[in-house]
Amino acid sequence: MRISVNWLRELLPDLDADAEEIADRLSERAVPVEELVRVGEGLDDLLVARVRETRPHPNADRLTLCRVDPGDGDEVDVVCGAPVIHEGVHYPWVPPGGRLPGGMEVEAREIRGERSAGMLCSEHELGLGPDESGILALPRGVEAGQSLGEALGLPDTCLVLDLTPNRVDLAGHVGVAREVAPDGSDGPVLRSLDGPGWTPRWREGSESADAAGVTVTVESPDRCPRYLGAVIRGVEVGDSPAWLAGRLRALGARPVNNVVDATNWVLHELNQPLHAFDLGTVEGPEIRVRPAEQGEELRTLDGKERTLSPEATVIADARSPVGLAGVMGGEESEVTADTADVFLECACFDPSSTRDTARSVDLSTDASYRFERGVDPRAQEEALARCVELILATAGGEAVEDAVRIGGGPEPRREVTLRPSRVRQVLGRDVPPPKLRRLLEPLGFEEAEGSGETSAPADARLAFSVPGWRGDVEREIDLVEEVARRQGYESFPTERRAFRPSTVPSDPTWERAERVRRWLSGRGLLEARSLSLVPEERVDGERAVPLLHPLSEDEDHLRDALVPPLLDRAEHNFSRGRRSVRLYEIGTVFRRREAGADAEASERLPAEEMRAAALLTGRRRPEHWSDGDGAVDLWDVKALASEIADLWLHGEIVAGGEPPSDYPGVVPLGADRWLGPERFWLLDDGGHAVGVAGRVRPEAVETPDWAGPVFALELRLRSVQVGETPVHRELSTYPAVRWDLAFTVDEEVPVAEVEASIRDAAPGAILEGLRLFDVYRGEEIEEGRRSLAWRFTFRADDRTLEDREVEEAISDIVDDLEGRYGVRVRTS
Amino acid sequence: MSNESGAATGAGRDLLERLDRIRSEGVAALEEAGDEEQLEEARVEYLGRSGELATITAGIGDLPPEDRPVVGRRANRVKTRLQEAHESRERELEREARKREAESRDLTLPGRAEWRGGTHPVTQVIDEICDIFSEIGFSRVRGPEAETEWYNFTALNIPLDHPAADMHDTFYLDEGVLLRTHTSPVQARIMEEHEPPIRIVVPGLCYRRDAFDPSHAPAFEQIEGLAVDEGVDFVEFRSAIDFFVHRFFGEDTRTRFRPSYFPFTEPSAEVDVSCPMCDGAGCSTCKNSGWIEIMGAGMVDPAVFEAVGYDPERYTGYAFGMGPARIAMIRHRIPDMRLLYRGDVRFLEQFVR
Repeated sequence: MRISVNWLRELLPDLDADAEEIADRLSERAVPVEELVRVGEGLDDLLVARVRETRPHPNADRLTLCRVDPGDGDEVDVVCGAPVIHEGVHYPWVPPGGRLPGGMEVEAREIRGERSAGMLCSEHELGLGPDESGILALPRGVEAGQSLGEALGLPDTCLVLDLTPNRVDLAGHVGVAREVAPDGSDGPVLRSLDGPGWTPRWREGSESADAAGVTVTVESPDRCPRYLGAVIRGVEVGDSPAWLAGRLRALGARPVNNVVDATNWVLHELNQPLHAFDLGTVEGPEIRVRPAEQGEELRTLDGKERTLSPEATVIADARSPVGLAGVMGGEESEVTADTADVFLECACFDPSSTRDTARSVDLSTDASYRFERGVDPRAQEEALARCVELILATAGGEAVEDAVRIGGGPEPRREVTLRPSRVRQVLGRDVPPPKLRRLLEPLGFEEAEGSGETSAPADARLAFSVPGWRGDVEREIDLVEEVARRQGYESFPTERRAFRPSTVPSDPTWERAERVRRWLSGRGLLEARSLSLVPEERVDGERAVPLLHPLSEDEDHLRDALVPPLLDRAEHNFSRGRRSVRLYEIGTVFRRREAGADAEASERLPAEEMRAAALLTGRRRPEHWSDGDGAVDLWDVKALASEIADLWLHGEIVAGGEPPSDYPGVVPLGADRWLGPERFWLLDDGGHAVGVAGRVRPEAVETPDWAGPVFALELRLRSVQVGETPVHRELSTYPAVRWDLAFTVDEEVPVAEVEASIRDAAPGAILEGLRLFDVYRGEEIEEGRRSLAWRFTFRADDRTLEDREVEEAISDIVDDLEGRYGVRVRTS
Repeated sequence: MSNESGAATGAGRDLLERLDRIRSEGVAALEEAGDEEQLEEARVEYLGRSGELATITAGIGDLPPEDRPVVGRRANRVKTRLQEAHESRERELEREARKREAESRDLTLPGRAEWRGGTHPVTQVIDEICDIFSEIGFSRVRGPEAETEWYNFTALNIPLDHPAADMHDTFYLDEGVLLRTHTSPVQARIMEEHEPPIRIVVPGLCYRRDAFDPSHAPAFEQIEGLAVDEGVDFVEFRSAIDFFVHRFFGEDTRTRFRPSYFPFTEPSAEVDVSCPMCDGAGCSTCKNSGWIEIMGAGMVDPAVFEAVGYDPERYTGYAFGMGPARIAMIRHRIPDMRLLYRGDVRFLEQFVR
């Protein structure tokens, strides 16, 4: 929202702050100022000149030779390339030797054999707007020889406000002036107009009334609580005076004509949108405020043909819509040079109806912006009168005394009570009643007669009436905020306060996540983050959660597993030529719940589960001159899985096959999409499969020739155990005995089974360690068998082992294995 | 020794003298051997099977019986002494050889590395923020990412047809079911389940219908904070935020509280910090303003307390929300938000620490 500093100064003659100070004050006390835009700087050398006569350039079709009066009587010739130049109109002119705002010096020179003294300028060349197609025609009221800046009220500075939805009152200059008025100011004073006044005689009606021959009917009072209308006859539509047009131009609005510009002036001044209809085009003449009929059409002022639906509210004449209520007028009823009689509308449209209207045609305007946020419901009388007087002053004509008012006179002001004790409670500082009054009254809050004076200070209650433009102030807390911001948040101290401990325990999820992160980071994996939104091909179909209105097909579902998006990350890295990728991610996965369409919203929320996932591919460790290739293989991911199962789950892993029991989480692991047959299920301490790891199926990830196989792991975060405390185990001080044993066994017998048998047969009290250190098939080994070499570590807690004990243990183990699997011990 | 010599016959005395000479010459030769080759030569000469000492030892049996013990003992002692000298010189030479080898090694060859792992820069910011608030008593909780309209809007005093709901262009999943547009719904969920005092921070993903571009993402992390108790006022709110800012951005960082609007806080504020890049002088990071907006915050609106069944006359509180991804971008000068979510190893490696 743009606010002109020149206009603020005009409203507040005693304001002596500069633009930066005003901006700071607004930012510190009201709403952020995004930007200061200087308008019309560098116009020092520009003058107003009148084109007295034009004739075609003798040597060029597209150029015009203008006889220009620069005000001092010494006429000069200027060559001009614009398509249309009117005789008798004033234009901006740089004399030879003068500079344009960009700094370019204009010299007298010959153009195609004709001498050109200086240059006539376009809006764009002056930095006043985007139009570079023609020379800027100046409004009436300017004089040749006058400085252009003076003529247009420039230079000016515009404050670009980033309005919060509660402060629509600051979209108008009077509203901003109230906020920045200096202490002791009398408040904003409107520019006085040299024209007749207008005091209307209201023709009232609850739904319908007529005045000046126009019948106005509001068919949907809920959509339009108040509708005021006046008729001005015999206007002379033309350019607005320079002070008005220049001001609108400074705000970035394009002047149209004196009637339309008057409505825009009041919009920016009093924050009330108005609309002027060419009464001659209004059938009836009758005005109806009603819902649009399905399929009704209207060509709006922006030239677009719009097909309407009943959510939209229209202003219609006896035949068809002539405007979109609170949004934009129709082209047909637009005020033009031919207009003689004007019907001026000043209404209060309902915020949500205006929103519906604007949305139904996907259009947002200065008017709809204000109505959607709520205009002052008490301000229509003042705004209508102001606009009528402006039109009378700038376009002449005669205002009909009778004017329509539907919806009654202004409602009384709302009253809100403010307790100084509440101010203290919320803000932490005492603000005595006189100060409260000083802070609130300049904003238009008026204290009710005698309020707060009889009470004891501790439970004083001050009753304030709220001005109509502050629809956001409804409750005591709203006034507390006014008090805080009017003092400036920065004026409050920052004292440390003692606090009581929170009754809310930390969610263990975060500790689990931290544990996973610390460990996987230590294992050389990098954490990735992705955004939960995935394309349909990355989810499992049936119970996946689609978005109702996705932004794109790439992001139209919520992920239901973490590995598939990680595969995308791997592909991204492959595409950058990166072979070794080690990533992990912690995030939420989703699944649609089985619930009827009529179930409560809370029962239709998708199921959510936090997961951790990891992905490994490429080299096991960074390349080194002393090493070979060393690519990550199945045994790396198996070790990762089994360490995780052991450390985090207090469980174990099982190799291959389908998951051994039901998955306890709310979103199935759904690993079939990516998991090949080389897989390991991670079991928790109750034997539930809560995670899976293995080699990614080649079809599931696009891998360049030079890349190695991809391995991945996904785990239910909730299964990660936290809070357990390891208990110290006494360390034996007696020596260990190591023993190597190699035997051959049938290939069919799984190693895990052999290991379990060894552990069963060994005296557990002294078997400290057992490790498979070699697997061998080869010349000395029979076909169909393999050699397994194990390293045993025996140790007792209470004595030095004797050789005999160890030999006996080994012999028992060998006997057992021979019996079970027919192993044959190899002797070296 | 003089006793022994005195006891010996003429031939014995002669041998003893030879032995003494062998010892002094041999020890010197061994100790002075300059390398392994010389040492071996000396060993062969003095300790070898055909050396003088061996010859003498072999000839002891031919001596008169009274001389044999004296000469035999002396020969043994000489042999022992020579062996000691050999061993010690051998060790010395080995040590020197090792030292030479160590000194001549090319230490500029690269070492053997492990892959470096680490957390995501956004995680680092989240953890740091949560840790700082935990020092002033905030526990770390979470809430669902898919929410009902009630928790996301209504309970937070945001009417569904209010323009404030425009600030949240929402992804809907179903009628009344949406992806949360902020972490604030967790405020209501926690207050429904717990009585004050409440002090929580809530990190998590939020979603808005923003196309993915350098400064927007359809999903983004947010951290919510909430403190509720009797006597929690604006002054405490300011001091808690100041505490955080000083810890996170540095003691010299200044804060600026500006009025703002959120339906669920009142008074509402935006909090700026002096730009950490230029220290407030103005740079491209702060768009020459010297300030960077880091959070929206304010005193909890009484309507929120009413929605969760707290007595708004008794309890007051403050709440805040900030975007760790944006903070990470500022901190690490990351120009494009999308880089955070691509999982590019070369990007992520930069933030390992």
